[in-house]
Amino acid sequence: MLIQALFYVFAAILVLAALGVISARNPVYSALALVMCFVTSAAIWLLIEAEFLAVVLVLVYVGAVMVLFLFVVMMLDINLAELRQGFTRFAWLGWLTALAVIVEIVGVVWARGGLGIDASHGGTPESATYSNTLELGSVLYTKYAYPLELAAMVLLVAIVAAISLTMRRRAGLKYQDIDAQVAVRREDRVRLVKMAAEKRP
Amino acid sequence: MITLAQMLTLSGILFSLSVAGIFLNRKNVILLLMCVELLLLAANFNFIAFSRYLGDINGQVFVFFILTVAAAESAIGLAILVVLFRERRSINVEDLNTLKG
Repeated sequence: MLIQALFYVFAAILVLAALGVISARNPVYSALALVMCFVTSAAIWLLIEAEFLAVVLVLVYVGAVMVLFLFVVMMLDINLAELRQGFTRFAWLGWLTALAVIVEIVGVVWARGGLGIDASHGGTPESATYSNTLELGSVLYTKYAYPLELAAMVLLVAIVAAISLTMRRRAGLKYQDIDAQVAVRREDRVRLVKMAAEKRP
Repeated sequence: MITLAQMLTLSGILFSLSVAGIFLNRKNVILLLMCVELLLLAANFNFIAFSRYLGDINGQVFVFFILTVAAAESAIGLAILVVLFRERRSINVEDLNTLKG
């Protein structure tokens, strides 16, 4: 009963925060509302006993991705008034689409009574010795070992792409060129000059 | 205890709100990226709910991979955004008309 009540509280906060994301005047407020969304989602995931992913969501999303978003929002000098122009022009279409999606999903879910899936497993809490991290790790490093390494490659490629996109060389900057220093040969630096010997005074 | 139908309803509401957000903020690239993050979060809700209620851990592994790919996507998206702003001094979608699309 307590879990049910907590779920409704978190769900209400989540929906309000999502509304804040899509309707805030300033992108900084949107980013902060999105942080609220992620934290509340992590709480709901904790309620249905997906502990590892809840922690990962807070660490990766709130700790890294949203900080990146905030950095970029604050770094760019955006003309907000121009971007807000025509905000309400297609708003009716947006709300209509949202309403249609909600009616369809909720209608299907509630009309079919849980989609005919035997959901009795979720009705009982796991035992006290159950470890979500252990369960996840035991398939992640055996059955999904290759996909895991591919995911690592995807992240590496993303790092390289992001850095190479945003790095720029300023003209007239003085810095060491290590390659040129190492590749230098004697002929480039030393010049032997023949000249007549000076007479002794 | 929370039922499967409640979780699916919540994720449906979240999904449709972020779709509405894409319609509302169709000029601001940063907000479009944020709405995509919210869409992915709603999808993850479904994965976790089904994983829990079917007693199948594979769904949670999939969420793990979705989180990875979404993090990579937002990193590259923001990098492109920064380059775009340097070139155009604007992040308005309507200014991106070089390809005449």
